[in-house]
Amino acid sequence: MKAAVITFPGSNCDRDLAVAFEAAGAEVVRVWHKDTSLPEGVDVVGIPGGFSFGDYLRCGAIAARSPIASAVAAHAARGGFVLGICNGFQVLTETGLLPGALMRNAGLKFICKTVELEVATADSAFTDGWAKGAVVRFPVAHHDGNYTVDAETLARLRAEDRVAFRYRANPNGAMDDIAGVLSENRRVLGLMPHPERVVDPVQGGSDGMGLFRSLLGRMALA
Amino acid sequence: MTEPDITPELIAAHGLKPDEYERLLGIIGREPTFTELGIFSAMWNEHCSYKSSKKWLRTLPTTGPQVICGPGENAGVVDIGDGQAVIFKMESHNHPSYIEPHQGAATGVGGILRDVFTMGARPIAAMNALSFGLPSHPKTAHLVKGVVEGVGGYGNAFGVPTVGGEVRFHRSYNGNCLVNAFAAGLADADKIFYSVASGVGMPVVYLGAKTGRDGVGGATMASAEFDDTIEEKRPTVQVGDPFTEKRLLEACLELMASGAVISIQDMGAAGLTCSAVEMGDKGDLGIKLQLDAVPQRESNMTAYEMMLSESQERMLMVLKPEKEAEARAIFVKWDLDFAIVGETIPEDRFLILHGNEIKADLPLKALSGTAPEYDRPWVETPKAAALTDAPEVDPIEGLRALIGAPSYAHKAWVYEQYDSMVMADTVRAPGLGAGVVRVHGTGKALAFTSDVTPRYVKANPFEGGKQAVAEAYRNLSAVGALPLATTDNLNFGNPEKPEIMGQLVGAIKGIGEACRALDFPIVSGNVSLYNETDGTGILPTPTIGAVGLLSSLDELISGLPTEGCLALVIGETAGHLGQSALLAEMFDREEGDAPTVDLAAERKHGEFLRANREKLTAATDLADGGLALAAFEMAEAAGLGVALDAADTATLFGEDQARYLVACTEAQAQALEAAAAAAGVPLSRVGRFGSDSVSFGGKSAPLADLSGLYRSAFEAAVG
Repeated sequence: MKAAVITFPGSNCDRDLAVAFEAAGAEVVRVWHKDTSLPEGVDVVGIPGGFSFGDYLRCGAIAARSPIASAVAAHAARGGFVLGICNGFQVLTETGLLPGALMRNAGLKFICKTVELEVATADSAFTDGWAKGAVVRFPVAHHDGNYTVDAETLARLRAEDRVAFRYRANPNGAMDDIAGVLSENRRVLGLMPHPERVVDPVQGGSDGMGLFRSLLGRMALA
Repeated sequence: MTEPDITPELIAAHGLKPDEYERLLGIIGREPTFTELGIFSAMWNEHCSYKSSKKWLRTLPTTGPQVICGPGENAGVVDIGDGQAVIFKMESHNHPSYIEPHQGAATGVGGILRDVFTMGARPIAAMNALSFGLPSHPKTAHLVKGVVEGVGGYGNAFGVPTVGGEVRFHRSYNGNCLVNAFAAGLADADKIFYSVASGVGMPVVYLGAKTGRDGVGGATMASAEFDDTIEEKRPTVQVGDPFTEKRLLEACLELMASGAVISIQDMGAAGLTCSAVEMGDKGDLGIKLQLDAVPQRESNMTAYEMMLSESQERMLMVLKPEKEAEARAIFVKWDLDFAIVGETIPEDRFLILHGNEIKADLPLKALSGTAPEYDRPWVETPKAAALTDAPEVDPIEGLRALIGAPSYAHKAWVYEQYDSMVMADTVRAPGLGAGVVRVHGTGKALAFTSDVTPRYVKANPFEGGKQAVAEAYRNLSAVGALPLATTDNLNFGNPEKPEIMGQLVGAIKGIGEACRALDFPIVSGNVSLYNETDGTGILPTPTIGAVGLLSSLDELISGLPTEGCLALVIGETAGHLGQSALLAEMFDREEGDAPTVDLAAERKHGEFLRANREKLTAATDLADGGLALAAFEMAEAAGLGVALDAADTATLFGEDQARYLVACTEAQAQALEAAAAAAGVPLSRVGRFGSDSVSFGGKSAPLADLSGLYRSAFEAAVG
């Protein structure tokens, strides 16, 4: 599998995401935000956490309009996989690849801690290594993770089984405890928690590796 | 633009004493220009010149086989094997944080990060030691909220994990909080960048953000006491932009890798002035600056303002001229300013041009080399009377008094606002003892702690200074790390008062003695004096930041006790209650002497612990709050109760030094006891972990109740 990890100015989990992809066995290429195309043969695009463009204007808003964003949109339109984590999730909602928005945490504070998530669907390349309802532990670290979406879209996300992860104890006020959502074709995942920070037991857990391994397993079959 | 006349009032407003001004006249042989007065004021203030403390700082041990570079550069450099080095320093941002807590704290973090990456190191860990006034003081909650947001806002966006620190409350900080920020970075030992300029006619390049009027005169402000004009000083506080800092980091590391850098210096206190003088002075060169080339954020800036601006996220570099195009391209890529603003010149001269005018023409070496140095009068702190009428308390009530006080309550409210896991190498997050970060891509790790017990230092500066170092040594040992080196951040009151100067001298002597005895040299540091408001000083607070090495993660002691584990204490318990947390928090009594620190025992017990790590399930150091608090914290973190045999106050809450609490299975305990007997190390069984209650002697309380208090007290006090 070939993974492209995008770096925006202000990204700070780009290295961590590249390391996690590599640990799962992927070949990783690093892509600069001013690039206008993705390298040949990329299977999955990783949009990392951080504070792209300083979170100025709105989290992810400027990154969503940078040159590489249209290449990512074209990749997704072709059925390519996209994984957006934390700020990457915010970028994906700003590009419109995923519905909804990430608002300021209900408690108004930045929050960093390890939380329990329920795998809300096993029907995706990112989550099919788990059974639906399985509980995993990923860290969160964000100021704006309060997932918000209009009622109609929320109903649709549920009906189409597109909620990927739910918080077991909601840390940020997200609607329906949503921690991560899938696109209509189930190939774009955005989530606030950081699976790339738990891929080695030395980090206090390795549940995140499950996500990367699932994705790689799917690639191997493709 | 006409410049103001040099009057005695103007001189005083620049923080220069009449005799210092006479000295200035003697050096240049004429009246200074306004810009020159500003430059001297910036270079000679306490913050930049260490004029009160230099004599004593020289007595500190700063060398050792592990030390690659001690004090004098932006940060200390210590060998961690395999051709790698850790680069670290701690620095205060006290006065700005009191005036504007969010930006003051944020720019403190930004400044210390730049100190580290200006040497070529990628920052890998941060800590911060915070001291606030009483929770009941009207400003405290506002300061806590602002400082914590500022620290988090900057470090989180920059992308460095905050893995440790301290938060304390005491009335002496009511009008003068302390914000001490620590950063550590990682670099290859043969790729460290220093501030020594070399070569004549080399371009001097300005990098990073544009210069504005923010922070003009900040270093002079930071060297003055506060009074009721404080609100007027708000414009001297700088504004931080972590987004620019992150780009500056990446651009600087790329620049350094390109081979374009001869020397580099961050623009911190006194901005362009300090950084240019430093590089010229170290390289025995002069510097000529053409200020018209300085990237400016505001219009009509004067030479005075540009030379004294403390705008953040800026660097000054001496460039290899043949690399200019390559270097410029890196900064263009990161959308940062890159401007040639001057050159190195052969003569000893600091020449500042603006428009067609010479704004300053000074002997460069004299600016740093001849800064006044004082041997200020000092009096030794009188020996504290021993504690009489030590109280005997219900031990559960004693524990409640501690864990219900914000200084000893659980600190999740604070550290959950900091990203402690970015970079994905955090092995041990904040909460209990030292933070541990893996050295990226290796099986090694570094441990970080910051410690001081200001009550002890006030009662007995010498023992208190020793104790701060010893506690740092213990915190590193307790996670299995070999203590490598330290950085000191000395926060004191007005050094012109002999009794305050006596605290500083005593503490430095104690710190020096402990660092020598423990092979734990000081490689960097910072002094913050004049921490007084309306004539009242803070508790003397010499914060010790320290770094330890785990040459393999197998050496890590990071476990928690399990049901049925025995609790054992390494070290002698005599029950010293003088200046204890119990006395202060439960009775508001700060009485008695500080505990004595037996440095030979500290060393022996630390070595014993590290040598027997496989015989332990969990370990922690014993410090303020004593055995009762440490046992509760360890048990609570594991979600367990604990039963200690002792019921007496001295045993449970005494603060004797050179002690650790460890948790062992029965088999481990027997093995540890055999090892202790062979090594001649005191070791005693004191209780057992398990169940769902906490009991001391015959008294007990449900763990859930105590845990509820412990985890809610901080927010209840200041949240």
